[in-house]
Amino acid sequence: MRIELEKRPERSAVMAWASPIIAVMATVVTGGLIFAAIGKPPLQALWIFFLEPFSSLWSIEELIVKATPLILIGVGLSVAYRANVWNIGAEGQFTVGALMGGMVPVFFNGWQSPTTLLAMLALGVLGGMLWAVIPAVLKIKAGANEILVSLMLVYVAQLLLDWLVRGPWRDPKGYNFPKTVGFEDWQTMPVFGGGRLNLGIVLAIVAAIGLAILMRRTMKGFEVRVLGEAPRAGRFAGFSSDRMTLFVFLLSGGLAGLAGIVEVASTVGQLQPNISPGYGFTAIIVAFLGRLDPIGVVVAALMLAVSYLGGEAAQVALGISDKAARVFQGVLLFWVLACDTLILYRLRIVRGAPAAEGV
Amino acid sequence: MSASETAASEAAGTPTGTPEFLVEARGLVKRFGAFTANDHVDLAIRPGEIHALLGENGAGKSTLVKMLYGSLQPTAGRIFWKGEPVVVTDPGRARDLGIGMVFQHFSLFEALTVTENIALALTGVKDMNALADRIATVSKDYGLPLEPRATVADLSVGERQRIEIVRCLLQEPKLLIMDEPTAVLTPQEADQLFLTLERLASEGCAVLYISHRLEEVKRLCHASTILRHGKVVDRVDPRKETAASLARLMVGADVHAIRPKHARVAGPTRLYVDQLDLPANGPFAVALQKVSLELRAGEILAIAGVAGNGQSELFDALSGERRADRPGAVVIEGTPCGLLGVSERRTLGAAFVPEERLGHGAVPAFRLSENVVLTRDTVFADAGRRLLGFLDFRRADETASRVSSAYDVRKGKPDPEARSLSGGNLQKFVVGRELDRKPGVLVVNQPTWGVDAGAAALIRQALIDLAADGAGVLVISQDLDEIFEIADRIAVISRGALSPGYDAHVMTLEKVGLLMGGAHGGSEHIEGALKLREADGRAY
Amino acid sequence: MDQSALLAVLLTIVTASTPLLLAALGELVAERSGVLNLGVEGMMVMGAVAGFAVALTTGSPYLGIVAAAVAGALLAVPFGVLTLNLVANQVATGLALTLLGLGLSGLIGERFVGQPGVRLAKLHIPGLSDIPFVGPLLFGQDVLVYLSIALAIAVSWVVFRTRVGLILRAVGDNHASAHALGYSVIRVRWAAVLFGGAMAGLGGGYLSLAYTPQWIENMTAGRGWIALALVVFSSWLPSRLVIGAYLFGAVTILGFFVQGLGVGVPAQLLSSLPYIVTIAALVVISTRRGRARADTPACLGQPFVPDR
Repeated sequence: MRIELEKRPERSAVMAWASPIIAVMATVVTGGLIFAAIGKPPLQALWIFFLEPFSSLWSIEELIVKATPLILIGVGLSVAYRANVWNIGAEGQFTVGALMGGMVPVFFNGWQSPTTLLAMLALGVLGGMLWAVIPAVLKIKAGANEILVSLMLVYVAQLLLDWLVRGPWRDPKGYNFPKTVGFEDWQTMPVFGGGRLNLGIVLAIVAAIGLAILMRRTMKGFEVRVLGEAPRAGRFAGFSSDRMTLFVFLLSGGLAGLAGIVEVASTVGQLQPNISPGYGFTAIIVAFLGRLDPIGVVVAALMLAVSYLGGEAAQVALGISDKAARVFQGVLLFWVLACDTLILYRLRIVRGAPAAEGV
Repeated sequence: MSASETAASEAAGTPTGTPEFLVEARGLVKRFGAFTANDHVDLAIRPGEIHALLGENGAGKSTLVKMLYGSLQPTAGRIFWKGEPVVVTDPGRARDLGIGMVFQHFSLFEALTVTENIALALTGVKDMNALADRIATVSKDYGLPLEPRATVADLSVGERQRIEIVRCLLQEPKLLIMDEPTAVLTPQEADQLFLTLERLASEGCAVLYISHRLEEVKRLCHASTILRHGKVVDRVDPRKETAASLARLMVGADVHAIRPKHARVAGPTRLYVDQLDLPANGPFAVALQKVSLELRAGEILAIAGVAGNGQSELFDALSGERRADRPGAVVIEGTPCGLLGVSERRTLGAAFVPEERLGHGAVPAFRLSENVVLTRDTVFADAGRRLLGFLDFRRADETASRVSSAYDVRKGKPDPEARSLSGGNLQKFVVGRELDRKPGVLVVNQPTWGVDAGAAALIRQALIDLAADGAGVLVISQDLDEIFEIADRIAVISRGALSPGYDAHVMTLEKVGLLMGGAHGGSEHIEGALKLREADGRAY
Repeated sequence: MDQSALLAVLLTIVTASTPLLLAALGELVAERSGVLNLGVEGMMVMGAVAGFAVALTTGSPYLGIVAAAVAGALLAVPFGVLTLNLVANQVATGLALTLLGLGLSGLIGERFVGQPGVRLAKLHIPGLSDIPFVGPLLFGQDVLVYLSIALAIAVSWVVFRTRVGLILRAVGDNHASAHALGYSVIRVRWAAVLFGGAMAGLGGGYLSLAYTPQWIENMTAGRGWIALALVVFSSWLPSRLVIGAYLFGAVTILGFFVQGLGVGVPAQLLSSLPYIVTIAALVVISTRRGRARADTPACLGQPFVPDR
């Protein structure tokens, strides 16, 4: 008995919707099993992990704050992956964006003006773009694999950040802690109503809507999709793979850089060695879970933000390690990919070895 | 085998085949999902017989032989070998029985050597050096010489086919199945192949010869089975039929004859190529050398050639996917455009249809309305189309519908994905999409490859009509029948060099063959084959 | 630099290169069969934590080695199911494998942080190991170092001189043809993927059992990715892989060495050397290969669905 794949004549529209939902449910079940395996009460743990984050206003606010960088990075990556360009270095672009934007408080601390924050954000975008242009150019000019190059640069970026905040950029009045000066009011993102919810989410939603329009209604979006699905047809249409590579790397890098500066200019409030719990990598999962569609990414980002919050809550309430959140995210991506198969193929169970009948 | 004998053996409980037949298939059925490729097919072949399996594209020939060879399993039906029932579970079992198969698409490994390729197809190979020697001997003996240590990637298509054939010969087959073998050969190479097959038959080996080339079948085969839409429609002796009667049996009706062409009136030059050089851009690519041609309004210029001689490279150079080294190398409607890209050449009024419809001419997962935008973006996006132009979906839809009805594109839903269409229908759409633009120059590569006869006739008629309307049409094709049917002038491409164009009524099959084989290095066998034919007094 | 310092540097280079060589060898075999497994980092780090955990609880580093290989192979199983049986995108699945491996290893390894490990002993062959300088270098290594070299030779021989290797290369070159000839593409690739997983696990195990016998979260620090780059750099030839692995090991150690010299170069810059050199190597090898893409297994990364 074996399972055979039968190709569907067309993509199944039903499965395109159902697949992420099935994947999430399967992850929840797997999660329950993992919890049981490490000796924690599964149902209670699942509730704390997945449902409690929605239960209070404060936690919903936290969800949105955590989802903001995931949306910003995720929508950029969704476009890049649609074009079959694998930017895996978003974490590094995030870091460099934070660094570039962070130069303003470090070097121009006295410059107090409405445009200060704007300059920081612009520099953040620029930083992300600069870091992303490296793998793009190396791929175009030398054919170097963009996955490996962008990934290597993540490590380089983190080491760069580490060196700067421990060395040249360290706050001289900071008691030798590895951090820069704290950002002043005018250097941080404005908040709504005194909580932690800041303007960043508006930027994220604007980016998501803008890219959704780009992908669905414009020639550029068409170009992205063609080059991603059938590069030869793309060339036949007059599109250039090289220019597309540059475009999506700059786009996703710029957005990742923006996410970086928004994060340090709000939640963190300064530059320090650790500014991200792996947003750049989680955003990859967000992009896939969101079916590589900017609006889907928004929903997926909220779901993955839940896993961060749930992980923290589970740690406090049940003593489950916060690494569990990372495991969940990995399991989720696996299920998403597995369920995606059903969009293009039907599963058939075939009994016995096939043989001519009647012999 | 008579009806009473069949009934008798079935009544006896154990069905047996008829011993006088080497291989027999009874009631073979193969279904893929809802589609029935073979519908209760009966086939019988005697030892030493060259048996043709006729049918047009999509009739089910390849499916049938794959079941005989074990690559596919029948949904129902029985196979008998020398009178005994057998189950051919996989190609290994087929080889054990003594069945060899040469596929239309070779199962070769480009990065490996000839010996390694053959070793993979055989079982129990212990000594590679001994195998290499055997390959050298047997291949030379049968007139298909091979260098055992050559890497497949470096070999021509005809030489690659020899690997496939020698691989079978080494196993001393009783039945050799050949699927469209001459599709990739020059006429001289085909002659050599026939000599080899006739020799095999005289040694007692049966040959199952799949083809839709009727003149060949008439020349070579002793018996034939004709398939149409998955069913057997007749069994005839091809030597006693005419090509026309065979064609009628294959298609089921008189094939719609192409309207006779009017005398060509030479118009202004639409496309001019001047000494175009293009270096090879990959290890398996062909460099174009000083290619020159002139295409006038109102004419169809056909470029004949066996696959792998630079056709794709020439197409890419003409379409603009690969740019020339100077503007004047390619001139469209009087504008030098050698350095311009595809879109710019389209704005000059040129249109292109590539060889590969899925993946090149159309995006498989996209709907027809989206595929329309692929080559016609100037129509559908407003200003700033390159960057942010908004798509006009309504117009794209209308165009797709218009093209579909004008070119008889049969599809299940109003706007299906390109890959759900059959080959013929998708090709009609892709060609129609370009013709809908009323281009001044059309360059098309393999217009009817893998397309059913009805669609092929429609496409060829469309090309003739387009030329009659005043456009210049350049057809690159491997199908010599098609070329002689529609072309006004014929040129031949070989090893990246293009011959001058000759008027069609001056060209003969022989001349085309010689021009094709021009750079193939005359081996004594090819020359010998030519002499034999001359002695036979056969003229084409 | 005096002889004992030079010897110390060379010995460290060997220990730095061995995990790269082990993991890269496994990935080379997988890629030769046409499968691109980006999950090497995840499988390596799982091997590291499994090896450490088992060695610590049983007291035997040799059991730890076995556990490391098994852990790597086990983690490769979901990858195989997804990419080979369910035809999922190999790039995305490999990434998922890495994320899962990093998370899972962090979870399992939490209780082992800070605990001293069991170190894999270096061999001592009486007589040979005592030869000054050459002795410890050539005859005084731990068993995994010798295993890595032996495996490199074995893989090279099997891939190029045996029928099994011929089938492997054929499947990676043209899976459609291999299937038409009756070979089970899926089974060959499963074997290659599991081998790749076991080797990656071994490489990770080496880190926590010999290189620095302790468990630190994410202790592979990108070595899995470097191993992937190494496979490309070696043009899928095991002999070149050995050279590449040792070159990269040398670069890594160079950083520490320069630091030790007390030159005022920031530690982080030196730590980033292996990553920068990896990028440079990728650029060099890709430019040089430019025209001759013939050495890449033609079906690398392409999914395969048999028609029956």
